[in-house]
Amino acid sequence: MYQYTDFDRDFLAERNAQFRAQVERRIDGSLTEDEFKPLRLMNGVYLQLHAYMLRVAIPYGTLSSDQMRVLGELAERWDKGYGHFTTRQNIQYNWPKLRDIPDMLDRLGEVGMHAIQTSGNTIRNVTADHFAGAAADEIIDPRPVAELLRQWSTDHPEFQFLPRKFKIAVTGAPNDRAVTRAHDIGLVARERDGKVGFEVLIGGGLGRTPMIGKTVRDFLPIEDLLPYCEAIVSVYNLLGRRDNKYKARIKITVHENGIDEIRSRIEERFAELKPLFTGVDQDMLAGIEAQFALPSFRTSSPLDTTDPILRSWIDTNTAPHKRGDHAIVTISLKAHGATPGDATADQMRLMADLADAHAYGELRISHEQNVILPHVPRDTLPVLHAALRAAGLGTANVGLASDIIACPGMDYCALATARSIPVAQQIAERIDALKIEHEVGHLKIKISGCINACGHHHVGHIGILGLDRAGVENYQITLGGDGTEHAAIGERAGPGFAYDEIVPAIERLILAYLDLREGAEDTFLDAYRRLGPAPFKAALYPEEKQDAA
Amino acid sequence: MPRRPFTPKVVTANRLLEGDVVYLSAADEWVTDHHLAELIEDEAIAQLRLLDAERQPDIVVGAYLADAKAGPDGPEPVHFRETFRSRGPSNYAHGKQAETL
Repeated sequence: MYQYTDFDRDFLAERNAQFRAQVERRIDGSLTEDEFKPLRLMNGVYLQLHAYMLRVAIPYGTLSSDQMRVLGELAERWDKGYGHFTTRQNIQYNWPKLRDIPDMLDRLGEVGMHAIQTSGNTIRNVTADHFAGAAADEIIDPRPVAELLRQWSTDHPEFQFLPRKFKIAVTGAPNDRAVTRAHDIGLVARERDGKVGFEVLIGGGLGRTPMIGKTVRDFLPIEDLLPYCEAIVSVYNLLGRRDNKYKARIKITVHENGIDEIRSRIEERFAELKPLFTGVDQDMLAGIEAQFALPSFRTSSPLDTTDPILRSWIDTNTAPHKRGDHAIVTISLKAHGATPGDATADQMRLMADLADAHAYGELRISHEQNVILPHVPRDTLPVLHAALRAAGLGTANVGLASDIIACPGMDYCALATARSIPVAQQIAERIDALKIEHEVGHLKIKISGCINACGHHHVGHIGILGLDRAGVENYQITLGGDGTEHAAIGERAGPGFAYDEIVPAIERLILAYLDLREGAEDTFLDAYRRLGPAPFKAALYPEEKQDAA
Repeated sequence: MPRRPFTPKVVTANRLLEGDVVYLSAADEWVTDHHLAELIEDEAIAQLRLLDAERQPDIVVGAYLADAKAGPDGPEPVHFRETFRSRGPSNYAHGKQAETL
């Protein structure tokens, strides 16, 4: 993992001292709220529905066990004993006091963490494949590149006041687990003539105008990555609309100007910038890569278990590791009925301890709001599972219907138009009660509490969008979305459902799928693509079917 | 387009230091219980009370007028967003609902 240098530590200490002074000046009245608000947002501090919220960056979702312990400590000392892992691989604290936040940031700084650029019209936390460095299908570990991008974009003087926020995702594997096609820049590792580079996509995004990213370069050598990304952001900074915040993201810039025109401008700017990158960035990348060396893996004995509970958990919650005697373990933060993505301070400490004991001290946060132990010797899976289970972290549901992404929604978020957490909780409880989860198999349900789509509902196989319709919560369903390398935006199924109707509607949909599918291998998404929306709509709106009859 | 008739309001904001949701009472105090808020039934007075709130930036942040209605125990929220603000999140007994336990 990347270790902070003296430069990094000094930068962070100075930044935290500045923010501490800004908080003091706000409290003593020297700064107005209008003056203070952009300063707090630059440091990840929002004012939400019930309290302040501190959003802490977890760069490319990678955490050491020490960092995870400190996240737990923050939850315990300055919040209400838990934290919320988000769809951008960050963690949010929902109840900090303004006076305490500088202390929280100082404590984070001690373990090389911060909240810089987790808000504002800047380049946000760079996200990556949560299996990075461990996945069997990986061409390269994307984290060194993601770290280089983090260093380049942090406090970049040209990019602090972009037309709108800007999000970059990187994957080193052909199976896209980082939703790169729904980002402002998506970087997908490719091999050509024995060399590794990146396919560069731009203009993807969800929100009120969902769009799939378009390829602007099909193969970019790694040595051109920074000047090329700088060219993209530079062109966007110039062309991006500042007259209308709803048309300010790069997806609209690409849409309005056309990908060919944007590509031409990027290439022109790239030609200007490339000579300015004299190789220092590549020296830095080489230094960063050295810090992402894999652990010294021990040899694991084969695992042979007949325990059905353990077997089920291994089937759903582990993925192939690049070493056959290791596994990637996903710890579900989606116990049936629990708040998706929440972990208590005790759970965070336990996961840190288990990472030290069984996973070489490394953890990852997924955009699907789970925690990953990337390197686990297979012979330790039984003891690991037992420890997780005892702490309420052993739910075997990763990739299944109750592994729901949900934004904080109107339970916390000032922008939300409806709740999403209780909808997720009720769907998960209902699925558990029906005992159909493993039979249903691979199914991604994603819920957003407003059109901004933090819950990625557009790319859910079943997407749920909570809206305010004449002062009442109303939920629209989209079908057929996909966040992978075959990315697709879900299609709206029809009229929305009231709060007390949405869970039965989802149940009808899932039961209809079980009737419609051709076998267990025919997933919900496959069946939808094969059959089209009609039979699923008929399940959602049975009254209309009767009316038509 | 005809102007919508004025409906009763309360002045609400978040405390500067804690971020807690608060309401302006008739006694010019910031209270945490929605029922203790001043229900304002006159538009001009509502605007004046909002100005009163905005003159207290050392105490509260983001003051605004929220729709409310009279109830047996005092003013009650009209919109569900204000109902959640008045009691706390639905997934944990945190926020105001915890204070009244």
